[in-house]
Amino acid sequence: MPKLTIDGIELEVAPGTSVLQACEQLGIEVPRFCYHEKLSVPANCRMCLVEMEKAPKPIASCAMPCGEGMVIKTDTDTVHKARKGVMEFLLINHPLDCPICDQGGECDLQDQAVGYGFDRGRYGEEKRAVKDKNLGPLIKTIMTRCIHCTRCIRFSDEIAGVSVMGATGRGEHMEIGTYVEAAVSSELSGNLVDVCPVGALTSKPYAFTARPWELRKTESVDVLDAVGSNIRIDTRGGEVLRILPRLNEAVNEEWISDKTRYAHDGLKRQRLDRPYIRENGKLRAASWEEALALTASKLKGAAPEKIAAIAGDLADAESLLALKDLLGGMGVASLESRQDGSAIDAASRAGYIFNSTIAGIEQADQILLIGTNPRWEGALVNARIRKRYLQGGLTVTVLGPRVDLTFPIEHLGNDATLLNAIADGSHPYAETLKAAKKPLLILGSGALARPDGAAVWAAARAVAEACGLVREDWNGFNVLHRAASRVGALDLGFLPAEGGRDLAGILDGARKGEVEVVYLLGADEIDAQNFGRAFVIYQGHHGDRGAHRADVILPGAAYTEKNATYVNTEGRAQHTRQATFPVGEAREDWKIIRALSGALGKPLPYDTLQQLRKRLADANPVFAQIDRVTPAAWGAFGTASAVAAAPFTLPVENFYMTDAISRASATMAECTEAFVSPAVAERTGTHG
Amino acid sequence: MSASETPAGPATFEFTADNLALAQRIIAKYPEGRQASAVMPLLDLAQRQHDNWLPRAAMDYVAGMLGMAPIRVYEVASFYTMYNLKPVGKHFVQVCTTTPCWLRGSDEVLAACKRKLGIGPGETTADGQFTVVEVECAGACVNAPVISLNDIYYEDLDGPSTEALLDTLIRGETPKPGPQNGRINSAPIGGPTTLIEMAQRNGVKPASQE
Amino acid sequence: MLRDEDRIYTNLYGYEDFRLEAARKRGDWDGTKDILARGRDTIIEQVKESGMRGRGGAGFSTGLKWSFMPKKVDGPVYLVINADEGEPGTCKDREILRHDPHKLIEGCLIAGFAIGATACYIYIRGEFYNEASNVQVAIDEAYAAGLIGKNACGSGYDYDIYLHKGAGAYICGEETALIESIEGKKGQPRNKPPFPANAGLYSRPTTVNNVESIAGVPTILRRGPAWFAGIGRPKNVGTKLFCISGHVNKPCNVEEEMGIPLKELIERHAGGVRGGWDNLLAVIPGGSSVPVMPKSICDTVLMDFDSLREVGSGLGTAAVIVMDKSTDIVRAIARLSKFYMHESCGQCTPCREGTGWLARVMDRMVRGQARLEEIDMLQDVTKQIEGRTICALGDAAAWPVQGLIRHFRPEMERRIADYRQSIAAE
Repeated sequence: MPKLTIDGIELEVAPGTSVLQACEQLGIEVPRFCYHEKLSVPANCRMCLVEMEKAPKPIASCAMPCGEGMVIKTDTDTVHKARKGVMEFLLINHPLDCPICDQGGECDLQDQAVGYGFDRGRYGEEKRAVKDKNLGPLIKTIMTRCIHCTRCIRFSDEIAGVSVMGATGRGEHMEIGTYVEAAVSSELSGNLVDVCPVGALTSKPYAFTARPWELRKTESVDVLDAVGSNIRIDTRGGEVLRILPRLNEAVNEEWISDKTRYAHDGLKRQRLDRPYIRENGKLRAASWEEALALTASKLKGAAPEKIAAIAGDLADAESLLALKDLLGGMGVASLESRQDGSAIDAASRAGYIFNSTIAGIEQADQILLIGTNPRWEGALVNARIRKRYLQGGLTVTVLGPRVDLTFPIEHLGNDATLLNAIADGSHPYAETLKAAKKPLLILGSGALARPDGAAVWAAARAVAEACGLVREDWNGFNVLHRAASRVGALDLGFLPAEGGRDLAGILDGARKGEVEVVYLLGADEIDAQNFGRAFVIYQGHHGDRGAHRADVILPGAAYTEKNATYVNTEGRAQHTRQATFPVGEAREDWKIIRALSGALGKPLPYDTLQQLRKRLADANPVFAQIDRVTPAAWGAFGTASAVAAAPFTLPVENFYMTDAISRASATMAECTEAFVSPAVAERTGTHG
Repeated sequence: MSASETPAGPATFEFTADNLALAQRIIAKYPEGRQASAVMPLLDLAQRQHDNWLPRAAMDYVAGMLGMAPIRVYEVASFYTMYNLKPVGKHFVQVCTTTPCWLRGSDEVLAACKRKLGIGPGETTADGQFTVVEVECAGACVNAPVISLNDIYYEDLDGPSTEALLDTLIRGETPKPGPQNGRINSAPIGGPTTLIEMAQRNGVKPASQE
Repeated sequence: MLRDEDRIYTNLYGYEDFRLEAARKRGDWDGTKDILARGRDTIIEQVKESGMRGRGGAGFSTGLKWSFMPKKVDGPVYLVINADEGEPGTCKDREILRHDPHKLIEGCLIAGFAIGATACYIYIRGEFYNEASNVQVAIDEAYAAGLIGKNACGSGYDYDIYLHKGAGAYICGEETALIESIEGKKGQPRNKPPFPANAGLYSRPTTVNNVESIAGVPTILRRGPAWFAGIGRPKNVGTKLFCISGHVNKPCNVEEEMGIPLKELIERHAGGVRGGWDNLLAVIPGGSSVPVMPKSICDTVLMDFDSLREVGSGLGTAAVIVMDKSTDIVRAIARLSKFYMHESCGQCTPCREGTGWLARVMDRMVRGQARLEEIDMLQDVTKQIEGRTICALGDAAAWPVQGLIRHFRPEMERRIADYRQSIAAE
């Protein structure tokens, strides 16, 4: 624990702390451009220079480890002169086009120029102009603005794991780019815009849209996968203009996936902005009164066993509970939240969450991925595995299709029966797992949606139990969900009750006429033609698959438009916050159900969100533990039987379009065109 | 810099069998797992095989051989000045113009090139025989001014000797390397002032000492 | 003047063959095994005692540098030879590489042994194609003769020497840039700490030494440290290769004693200044990085580290660039500014942006196309680069301009005035 003195204040820091970090601990601001706490330290911008006693010249504080007895000065003439000098150098070839720069108002260069810039330029020579680069549909480049901090290169190499960015040429001709003018093919590429301290890399879809000071900022969480990335929603006049990551070390650190960031233009398209009723085969606009009355009459007119409800991937906990309370109160048993036909159930919470937590990945030394592509099913989970890989001493083993995960893997093959062999110790990998200090397995949601999903689930449990993945201080059994609603729905038991039908049963019943009314709570991943002649109530926000088959549409709110609770794959309950109002006549989802309960004459016992959240916490205490993960007790789950030899298949075919919102997004369509279609064409040999 | 600023070159590139064997020997100079160290010699080898310039296919080939991300190879190839990312003439005339050479008349050398070949720095003759470039210090300053022609240094040049040198090349002959003014290597012209016995032993007359 | 029998580089001019047989006749590889038998500590001690200061420019004690290497290490340890000679004015290592490579190879063995190295890489600038070929021949011969490789010289010490060629980048003469370059990357200097002695090539303990520092070591150890230390002045001892270029009658390389008066060096070996000593304008005494000296200083200054530092310049690589009164001194320095702009690696801000700024203003100064205040601004810009960069290239770019302003400001002012007049006349 070295002790040092900074500006006359003595402090002790952890070994390995840099002088810059020590300054931060004291609240001393040190300007910087290249330094980024999540990236390696090149010390190339020279903005963070400070004086160190006995050193003949100023030192770069970001790269200097604290040493015993060091005396640092951050507020001297030398330091200020040095920083002003660096600032001047950075500005001589910078275009100073702030008025037309999208970074204006949130630009590190602009901000620090206030403190260290001159009021006029002394540089009278010709300025450098740099050709812009084509980095694909998400990132706009104005490379003349680049200050060569190399954050983007380091982000690509280190975090995204795609070494495509580089600095070619040298000296003042050094240019940042991909050289070959290829789009940055990474599901995390949007973060490049955030790490760029200037306006060289900006958001293409957001170009010339708004100034930061015009925006209302709402802290929320993402629901387009089950990671629950923390986000900030920037809005102006009721429109979501952009989504940025919000730091949460436990979940997404400070990164988000490109879908999380860029799918929001889908919030403006194909929206259900008023109730509709199908008449003569066509949907017509209706009033809420009409729609609710019709819905109520259909529900009243059918026997409870002829009614079923299916909740979709974006359903929030409040509406799930409200719908369960409402229909359950009517005696409806056929409740289903597993649109993918997953065999997972609520038998043991430890069986359906990501027990080791996302941050816990950093402790693992052996990871077994079963039938999953975490890069597409939980991009930030994959980023965390890569982070752990870079620290050294991690082996990732894959049982399932081989995909490029941005780190090397050992491939066991894609024979699902190996799970049984590992569990019974007949496969040598069992020994590897047993020998690991902190072994961890990640079971993909697709593996549970197989016909033998229950057996797969049990076999994974057997592996965990037999190979020491579950111990007093460590639970390495993890399910990686894709649906934001899934864990919350399981926590609330939005599952078939005694005598109720599951997904297959509901569809079968609908086809045979045994199910007469189906209530879809944002369920869009089912082929709606399967509902036979049943009366379909669709509550949701997009005119997607569910709405197309609906007989009545109750327009709900998207995640940016409501205060709602989602439980991520770790079992962490988090709140979205209303950033804009629901469009048109649409309403927050629980309120629709509450209103419907009134129309049915069976009003639910909550009139406010607070009352409903109290009811949530009563239903399951995890809902009282916002932002936290409560360890789950180990228990039995799955159905022990032989796993079928069928290979695992990956559930996500196109990362960019996985739900009603991203399917409506033009930006995601462009990404599909740029990144997914070429790969598919190459795989299948069908170009164009 | 980006690939769009350079000629596309061939779609594929491969080492010849001999060069492949040589490449393997080069890679073996470096420790296990450090084969990226061989990128510079391999790029050099590729360039020598490909008319003294490096097309993108060659860079990608070397990247593949060494397990490097292609961008890391592009970085290297565009950083070091000896890699030519565009075609150059058969005779690659690199005229050093840094101060020590300039003091002793590198302007004359460039002018001689212009007179003889009709091209200035950065240009290639229409027949593709000659490219003239200005280079920074060649490290032969006491033999200034200097031309590095492909791999060979021609030293102690002036206008006429530069023209004579180019004439020799135009005739398809190989000029005598080294000093063009009759001196031996970096010894003072007219004989050494030191190492007298060594000089005499080898039949060299030392400078006359007053 | 240094006596011929005290010269280390007897084949400096290449009068004889560079190969092993001839080298042996000149005394190379004589008793190498016995030298190794003295042991690591003794060798380091003797090199320290000899007073050898690094010949690459910085002038740091070679023996002391070796002593920074960790004593007990598991795994590889490297000696790296910096033969990336490219400092304008400098062409001394070239002679060793092409005419006396066995001195270097023998030195590599002894130095490597002393620092506990497991292997050695000799980094030769790519332009030195024929020089590198000779070194490779010498390496091959040394292997074949059992001088290096397994059980080198019968000492029981296993040691490999490899050649690595650069490809055109002055910055690779900076030791950490050179290491990066061997690792297959752009030659961009590293931040220090960590220093190469702790984490150098492949993150292993590494010493980087200049060719001349290492090639001199076998002779020093054969003749004894006292011999070397007895030549020159205190703290500035030994023999030194000087490169005398520019406006002299007979430019040449020559090995002389450290501390020889500049005037004597030029007059005795280089045939004097063109047009006589009084026709001298200025000298850059240690390669392009060190500040220029006007004639008044050249009249008396001694050629060693401390004497040149006292007069505000430096010995650097002992590359003496002589300029007579016909020289456009502003252009001579402006050309150096262009050199540094061209050779800046581009990594850190002050150097990447500052060298271009300097070069452009200097270019105008050559024509006088500037305002008088811009001379002070130019000085200020050099001060904003100096000492603020990752490596010393920033300093090297700053110093020549500072030297020009210090000694030739009236000339710069005159040009500005002339240019104004010419404009006014039009």
